[in-house]
Amino acid sequence: MNSTILKTATRVLLPIFLIASVLILLRGHNQPGGGFIGGLMAVIGVALYAIASSVDEARKRLIVDPLVLAGIGLACSVLGGLWGAANGGAFLEGVWPFYEYVPGEGAKGWPIGSVLLFDAGVYLTVLGAVCAILFALEEAVYTDKEGRS
Amino acid sequence: MPRPLTLLPAVLSALAANWFAGFIPQIAAGQALTWSRPWIPGAGIEFAFLLDGLSLLFALMVTGIGAIIFLYSAVYFKGHPKLTMLLILLSLFAISMLGLVLADDAITLFVFWEGTTITSFLLVGFDHEKEKARDNALQALIVTGLGGLALLAGLILLGAEMGTFRLSEMNAQGELIKASALYLPILILVFLGAFTKSAQFPFHFWLPGAMAAPTPVSAYLHSATMVKAGIYLLARLTPALGGTEVWFWTLTIVGAVTMVWTSILALKQTDLKLMLAYTTVMALGALTMFLGGGTRYAAMSVAVFLVVHALYKAALFLTVGLIDKGTGSREVNQLGGLARAMPVTMVIAMLAALSMAGFPPFIGFIGKELIYEASLGVVTEPLFVATAALLANANMVAAAGLVAVAPFFGKQCQTPKPPADPTPWLWIGPGLLAVLGLTFGVMPSLIDSSIVTPVVQSIIPGEEPVELKIWHGVNLPLMLSLLTFGLGFALFYGRGQIRSSLQSDNFTGGLDANGTYFLWLKAFKSFAAWTARTVQGGQMTVYLRTAFVVLGLLIWGAHLASRDVFEAPTEFPDLIPLTISALIAVSAAVVLRTASRLYGLTALGVVGAGVAILFVFYSAIDVAITQLLVEMLVVLILAVALVKLPKMPREVNFRAGDAVIASALGLGVAFVLASVTSKPFDPRITEFFNAASYPEAFGRNVVNVILVDFRALDTLGEVAVVLIAAISAVAALTAGKRALATKRGGNK
Repeated sequence: MNSTILKTATRVLLPIFLIASVLILLRGHNQPGGGFIGGLMAVIGVALYAIASSVDEARKRLIVDPLVLAGIGLACSVLGGLWGAANGGAFLEGVWPFYEYVPGEGAKGWPIGSVLLFDAGVYLTVLGAVCAILFALEEAVYTDKEGRS
Repeated sequence: MPRPLTLLPAVLSALAANWFAGFIPQIAAGQALTWSRPWIPGAGIEFAFLLDGLSLLFALMVTGIGAIIFLYSAVYFKGHPKLTMLLILLSLFAISMLGLVLADDAITLFVFWEGTTITSFLLVGFDHEKEKARDNALQALIVTGLGGLALLAGLILLGAEMGTFRLSEMNAQGELIKASALYLPILILVFLGAFTKSAQFPFHFWLPGAMAAPTPVSAYLHSATMVKAGIYLLARLTPALGGTEVWFWTLTIVGAVTMVWTSILALKQTDLKLMLAYTTVMALGALTMFLGGGTRYAAMSVAVFLVVHALYKAALFLTVGLIDKGTGSREVNQLGGLARAMPVTMVIAMLAALSMAGFPPFIGFIGKELIYEASLGVVTEPLFVATAALLANANMVAAAGLVAVAPFFGKQCQTPKPPADPTPWLWIGPGLLAVLGLTFGVMPSLIDSSIVTPVVQSIIPGEEPVELKIWHGVNLPLMLSLLTFGLGFALFYGRGQIRSSLQSDNFTGGLDANGTYFLWLKAFKSFAAWTARTVQGGQMTVYLRTAFVVLGLLIWGAHLASRDVFEAPTEFPDLIPLTISALIAVSAAVVLRTASRLYGLTALGVVGAGVAILFVFYSAIDVAITQLLVEMLVVLILAVALVKLPKMPREVNFRAGDAVIASALGLGVAFVLASVTSKPFDPRITEFFNAASYPEAFGRNVVNVILVDFRALDTLGEVAVVLIAAISAVAALTAGKRALATKRGGNK
């Protein structure tokens, strides 16, 4: 699509979408948000970029193939689950190595652990999977129009 | 000299054989070793293993013959691009087979059983460029795979009925299962598994087909080990399931028919390897028949014949490989007078074939004497069993002559390659096996108390020790042996005529198991194609209609069946949600009536946004965000797809049928919702999550904590589905593109 307005706007919108998506992922545990919503948010940013520039350009900026990205995401989620099992608990049991619950005061420390890895995996899977479908769809549509991509 | 690394499996296998051999004194003393680890404790399933006489004999065959096969393969396929793959597959098979014969838990056994089926499939189809290899691999997989399913059902029934999956515990309380009403179904299912795996009539046809595999593979899987898994299973379960009339007669008749029929088919073959394949099925039939013998002698003949057959058949298969390698041909008609050019191969072939034909002083002679001894004492019908054994054995003598005498003597034929003995690396293995056949025959005391007795005691617990002798004096079995040799020689001299009369079409009278299989396969395929054509029309509207009709029927069915009376909501809803609902209704109407896709898309967006606002209003903020983001994505995806969609018709037709479906579904959902919300709200789950969320999972957003912690397994499943859906969608979208690209490339 050749639209100067969209192109210019995307230049600003893409970073905003991406930063917002990561923030949504991180805040998800205590406020509305999480990996799924964050992933969708990121997809919208990437999709806008793909429409404004081109799918080829978007693929290049993404570096890894979107399906591979989704695969990495699923692997992260599984690893997050195995972490819980390896830590002596059940599969998918949360592990918080730097976090502690102090009764009366609430949680102290860094909220980083297996649950964040799991949710980050969800984020990457959604981002990769939807991008893969979208890119393939755009390419299928444009290939049929003889040439232009 | 092969590459050292390719010899690694052979070395490992030999070490394993040596390790197992170390247990012989313990097992011979009547002990049994067990090892177990919990697997699925809730269902009483364990990784349990047992080493007793029967499993030790099989473990020794798997690892000992395995070592020889691995060495032979490494040399036979030296420099072959797929040698590594072959060795890996063979190793995987050896591990599965070892697990199968050592397993003491029915489910553990089944898992390894299927492992051998799958590795066999991959090995038969090793030359996958050839269509025949692919077809035969599939045939082996389908036949043994279906049998495997029957076996699984049988084992589960058996485990449920006995209250244990431990085979040793089942064997200890055989009376219980034989008195059960489920005995017959269990027996039929287990028989189906064993008969398909061990190629018993009428499932015998897949084994000769499996000869599409490379020769060392056939020697290992389809002669020495895997095809004996069915025999192993029957022997293993004899104390639990055996000893009844139906057991005796089924095994006797199936075994006898298999044995006689395939020993006749063996004489029809011109390919040495195929001939050996049919004699293997004959041997399996004999083993089955004597498992149905029910006496001490029958158990002894099974134990000894297992050893006999493993030694001579593996040796002969490998010898045929040597002939093939040395001359470039396996056809009887192309081979003759090779004695001068291939003396070593000839000696090995002769040694093995003499054991096969049952000449003294080979172990084969002891085996055959035992077979006749057992035939005369079976609990079923001695005359029938002895006649069947006599016929099959006579054919065996002739087949042994065809494999070991005909190629080496007589007129020298023109072969594709000038014949020569292959390197010692190749013949040392089969040579060793053939010499062992002679050694055990001369000194049967080497194996009688150490190997044979424990096997007999596994089949008939508490049986007296066995002593094997080569000379039993002049008795009926010896007379039968002499008669066998006489008949066998006659058949050998008349081989040309017999073969040509067997090969004429009207011999089988149209009865052809293999042909039946292919007819069935064809019918099955066209049925599958018909189902796919009918159910998967490929039209989106049809899929949606089907899905909605089913959903509507379910909802209305549940609704009417429950006879639920619900009160109309008493309070009037607030103005804001009411306004939004009205907006949603108007937008939906626009979607229905508009002739422009763009209008329709926009109106649909309003519906989605309206629903999202309603979610916000009822404080389901996470759901609202998700809904909005999905709406945006739908717009983006449709914006791309719009380019390709065909033009909309000017007039939108009113489709009465669809209207009925839509209203019925909508009303049904509305009624169900009203019915649900009119019930008092059970706050227990909400209270639990609200209370546990922060202290246990450190999160205040209960929705997200449920997603990533309390019910994370569901999320993991959903994420996996997302990925699978994406892979399928990408495949569907790019497949057409690739086809188009190739089409264009072809036109250039």
